[in-house]
Amino acid sequence: MKAQRKFLIGSGIIVATLLALAYVGYTQSKTYYHTISELATLPAPEQHQRMRVSGNVRNGSILHRDGRIDFVLEEEGKALPVSYVGSDPLPDTFKDGAQALVEGRLQPDGGFTAEQVQAKCASKYEASPTGTPGAPPQPSQTPGQSMNPAQGSTAGKS
Amino acid sequence: MDIFGSFALLLALGAAVYAFGGGIAGILTRRPLLTKTARNAGMAVFGLVTLAVATVVYAFFTDDFSLAYVSAHSNHTLPLYYKFSALWAGQEGSLLFWTWLLSIYAFFALFLNRKKHPELMPYVGVTLAGVQIFFLTLNNFVASPFRVLAGMDATGMMHVARLSDGSGLNPLLQYYEMVIHPPILYLGYTGFTVPFAFAMAALLGRYPGEKWIHITRRWTMVAWCFQTVGILLGAHWAYAVLGWGGYWAWDPVENAALLPWITGTAFLHSVMMQEKRGMMKVWNVWLVFVTFMLCILGTSLTRTGIVSSVHAFAESSIGGWFFTFLGIILLVCLAAWFKNRDYLRSDNQLDSLVSRESSFLFNNLILLAACFAVLWGTLFPVLSEAVTGNKISVGPPFFNKVNVPIALFLLFLTGVGPLLAWRKTSYDSLRRNFAWPLAGGVIAGAVAFAFEFREFYPLICLVLSVFVTLTIAAEFYRGARVIASRDGTNLLTAVGELTMRNTRRYGGYVIHFGIVLIFIGISGSAFKQDIQKEMNIGDTLSIGPYKILCQNFDQPSTSNYSSDRATLEVFRDGKSQMMLYPEHRTYLASQVSETMVAVESTPLRDLYLVYAGASPETGKPVIHAYLNPLVKWIWFGGIVVVLGTGLAMFPSRGAALVLRPIAERAWGESVVPQTAPASAPIRRSEGHD
Repeated sequence: MKAQRKFLIGSGIIVATLLALAYVGYTQSKTYYHTISELATLPAPEQHQRMRVSGNVRNGSILHRDGRIDFVLEEEGKALPVSYVGSDPLPDTFKDGAQALVEGRLQPDGGFTAEQVQAKCASKYEASPTGTPGAPPQPSQTPGQSMNPAQGSTAGKS
Repeated sequence: MDIFGSFALLLALGAAVYAFGGGIAGILTRRPLLTKTARNAGMAVFGLVTLAVATVVYAFFTDDFSLAYVSAHSNHTLPLYYKFSALWAGQEGSLLFWTWLLSIYAFFALFLNRKKHPELMPYVGVTLAGVQIFFLTLNNFVASPFRVLAGMDATGMMHVARLSDGSGLNPLLQYYEMVIHPPILYLGYTGFTVPFAFAMAALLGRYPGEKWIHITRRWTMVAWCFQTVGILLGAHWAYAVLGWGGYWAWDPVENAALLPWITGTAFLHSVMMQEKRGMMKVWNVWLVFVTFMLCILGTSLTRTGIVSSVHAFAESSIGGWFFTFLGIILLVCLAAWFKNRDYLRSDNQLDSLVSRESSFLFNNLILLAACFAVLWGTLFPVLSEAVTGNKISVGPPFFNKVNVPIALFLLFLTGVGPLLAWRKTSYDSLRRNFAWPLAGGVIAGAVAFAFEFREFYPLICLVLSVFVTLTIAAEFYRGARVIASRDGTNLLTAVGELTMRNTRRYGGYVIHFGIVLIFIGISGSAFKQDIQKEMNIGDTLSIGPYKILCQNFDQPSTSNYSSDRATLEVFRDGKSQMMLYPEHRTYLASQVSETMVAVESTPLRDLYLVYAGASPETGKPVIHAYLNPLVKWIWFGGIVVVLGTGLAMFPSRGAALVLRPIAERAWGESVVPQTAPASAPIRRSEGHD
């Protein structure tokens, strides 16, 4: 009995320590997801949180400026101007029409400053087949390739 | 071809349904014929799924682009071995592959035990068949790899269409490790189904004692070993191909593979408590259940896109099926446990805090904490959205904050646990076993500290690594010395003899040593450096002890891809060491770009060079150089773990001698009493004590 109580006390200390660590890690790295259309309606305190926003890169919108890269993300007709200020080069897959996930903060002027950009090639790999006359429509394919990061990322580089 | 394959799959589903229904009927009516036919149906699933798999492989080899799956993942010019690996490159094929591997495990589980454990095996067969029914339903009706492409001709008639060429295999998957990584990881995922089936069977059939643990120990180790190798291969592939300088990013898919590995590790340790002391029976059963559920969860995470991941961006409708299945498993587990919970009563209680038992308890507690933290962090976006409406994700700082201390505490237990006595450890034995290793660890730490090695966690890791290594070495030395002096052999022969006499124990030590090596390798990441620079020909950059001189840029393009390549000369101490050629390729057919990393790997550090593309501002090529200390130790540690696992699965020499005559006699006769006389000698010599 005595040993069991000691074990429980020890476990309690361990679990409490881990919970505290988890909380610290959580506050350091929590990131909100928002859609572009949500951004306009966010209450003021939430506008300053670190967040992730996804959308498609508008064709022809990628502009290389001094020290940053500007582009426009689109989703369901809404647009978001983004400035990428991170130091890593953009992923290979980042190009016109690509599906991109940006991480950073919203600016007072309504623009978005991104520190990280992940992108997935718009065409995916299962490109629509061409070559056969009257080419058949692809059956609705779910790419979900388990081990297939057909997507570059600047994330995770520490 | 598609009809043949579809038909084989349909028959396989029929056989699985019979194995399930017939098996249950056999248990209820106690008719041996029903039980036997159900078992044979369960084994037949393997043959039928094999036919379906062979059909898909044949379609890939013959470039049958009338199949949607083949045309989406292959093309004429794809090398043969990638045409084979394309089998698991996409959703439908990889699900079929899952089913196939499961059917292999199920076949051997049923076949090898066909004359043993007549009380247990019918339940095992039913459980395995239940899992197979789920996957075969998906293969047949939800994600069939035999879907054909259809098109309309001029008259508006639908007919089967055949493409002239497929879209090819994703270049990222065209890498030799991608041929072996998915099968090995899948062998891990599917392999945990066997211990699950045995645990479920033992619980439902109220099979006496811990026999099911003896039967499934090797199965669990096989699955665990595959899972370990699968995870490490995945990490190595990410390191070698993705070009971001790291091997682990706490990505949901990586986490998904780690979760069952953690609970599987916990199970492999806590079963010893049940074998030796009859404790933790409920816990063990639930660990197996949870491990299996995490395998299913992991399989679904990679396919459903419920959490966005580097690996899986796509949404798919298959998620509902998986979550329904998970719900059913959970209900069945709860019901089976609730109905038979009295059968799982513990025989003993914890006697002392400084004992083998408590070290196992702490080991399990902390592994479960790690598992919970990783699961929580992985599913947090989904959970937070469900609860608060806000989708919130957590990043690597969360995972590292929690898991680094856990890992170090585990490392500590790795050294301490195996040397503590069961029940209660005396102060004398503590001093005898730990004084020297502890002193060694502290001295190593002090020396490192004196040499400006002062990062907190790596320093702790170093102290513990030295400590654990010394305890392991001392164990080998103590045992071998006794044998050497008695048999008059030299110490090295005695180490071999010692190991072969108790493979389980000494194999376990070898695995622990491999884990130490992996931990050392991981702790190296605290000293990672990287530098990024625009470079023209003649420019240099310095990183660590290396100076890198840019010699040339060229475009060695082929018909398959266009490429930008840098020729970099590496100097150390003013002397030229080697040339490295990082490359950036764009595959023409698919317009997919790929980074070809150039790595110079040494035991101390990897020099990892990436051609990061042209600078947006100046158009000059950008070279990203990383210095990754000790990474090689991780891969080497993985090899040691595999060797140790193989050793631990090998029958001990002493035990085999005792076992053989009894076992052979029992084979021919009635099978029931066979395990009883045999288990006593096994336990004495094979025990992990």
